[in-house]
Amino acid sequence: MTPRVTLAIAARVLVQLRRDHRTLAIMLVLPCLLITLLWWMFDDLPGSTFDRIGPALLAMFPFVVMFLITSVTTLRERSGGTLERLLAMPMGKLDFLFGYAVAFGLVAAVQSALAVALSVGVLDLTIEGPVWLLTVVAIVDAVLGTALGLFVSAFARTEFQAVQFMPAVVIPQILLCGLFVPRSALPDVLGAISDVLPLSYAVDAMEHLTRSTTTGEVWVDLAVVAAYAVAGLALGAGTLRRRSP
Amino acid sequence: MMKSAVEAVGLSVARGGRDVLRGLDFTIPVGEVTGLLGPSGCGKSTLMRALVGVQAGVRGTCTVLGEPAGSRALRPRIGYVTQAPSVYDDLSVAENLAFFARVLGVDRAEVGRCLETVDLADRGDDVVANLSGGQRSRASLAVALLGSPSLLVLDEPTVGLDPVLREDLWSTFHGLAESGVAVLVSSHVMDEAERCDRLLLMRDGVFIADGTPAEIKRTAGLAEADDIEAAFLAIVRSAS
Repeated sequence: MTPRVTLAIAARVLVQLRRDHRTLAIMLVLPCLLITLLWWMFDDLPGSTFDRIGPALLAMFPFVVMFLITSVTTLRERSGGTLERLLAMPMGKLDFLFGYAVAFGLVAAVQSALAVALSVGVLDLTIEGPVWLLTVVAIVDAVLGTALGLFVSAFARTEFQAVQFMPAVVIPQILLCGLFVPRSALPDVLGAISDVLPLSYAVDAMEHLTRSTTTGEVWVDLAVVAAYAVAGLALGAGTLRRRSP
Repeated sequence: MMKSAVEAVGLSVARGGRDVLRGLDFTIPVGEVTGLLGPSGCGKSTLMRALVGVQAGVRGTCTVLGEPAGSRALRPRIGYVTQAPSVYDDLSVAENLAFFARVLGVDRAEVGRCLETVDLADRGDDVVANLSGGQRSRASLAVALLGSPSLLVLDEPTVGLDPVLREDLWSTFHGLAESGVAVLVSSHVMDEAERCDRLLLMRDGVFIADGTPAEIKRTAGLAEADDIEAAFLAIVRSAS
């Protein structure tokens, strides 16, 4: 890995995004709109439902959006021939993956900051813990989405296939992350599966921050999510082949 | 000084359980433009991918610039143009070149020089998506020229270009060859053959002829005035 090359790739991806106003708008505004929609749905209902599901949403939307965008973008690079050209150049496979992770991580940071500001500032989501740490969890979670997106894009041959990975990789994590049924109330087998899915840890961290001012457990959850992100990138590099059939 | 940029012995490539290149022996000399000609699907791109080191399933030996094909040390020394113009549509021409220059670690001044060479200096600020097909392939060619590589592997770089521009590009290739670069250019258009110093005629994964255009025509029993397409047909017919 060469920092020069990693940064060149990150900078290039950001310039491409800056040109693509529609994608940028979707990435930044869509999670906010969806969170607002859910807040509105539950607004007139008794009990503070939005306070219960808000944290999970903050973990979920950046993850899903980044997963989709990353898996499709890298495939576009593959089908356009630019990936082959880069692989014939002195570029490490990790340069490619980390370059994308850095660029999308920065976008994710902005996206998460907006979603958190909206939820806490406008929609009155009650947070006991520090708001900045909530934002950090959202960012790491979005980077996880990027890493998993990069990883599955190695297996998909077409953009059509890449989109199908979304129900396979993302939806089970959403179902089992504690949003619908608290994780402690899941049947044992599903609880065990939930324990190995990274999104569960992001949601745990978010929920902890809404209930408590202590941060110890949050850092542990955050470390687990970050470890999954790094593992996703490493596996992505392992599956990216310089020589293809 | 090295005489051959590429030396291959028994080069075969299997794709999908079938050998698409079958035991090729050839050299690509330094200082000449070698044309790789043959119909679509005969294995030209696969051969080029094997030289560049992005093709899987390669057997036999293939030495490029003194190193085994695909070695890490070769990556900055080979300029490669894939068949599809592999540049980013949503970046400007100059941004594309500046990006690849950073990946290669070559000086930013190279960008202007390479744009000059492919006659795109005045289109540097245009976004690639707004360019014509020919301009796009020239932008892709300019990327391959960054850092003055010792071997240029160009997969159909002149397809669909204006004849005047094609003429210019061929003289650019010869200029590069004279400066000591080995240039390998593929084409499925036989009338480009006469512009090459040397030809490798390919059909169905094997070479049916290897030599200067004049030598090939002579071997096929044709006159100097005949074209390479006629030679191609004569060779194939006499073999069957």
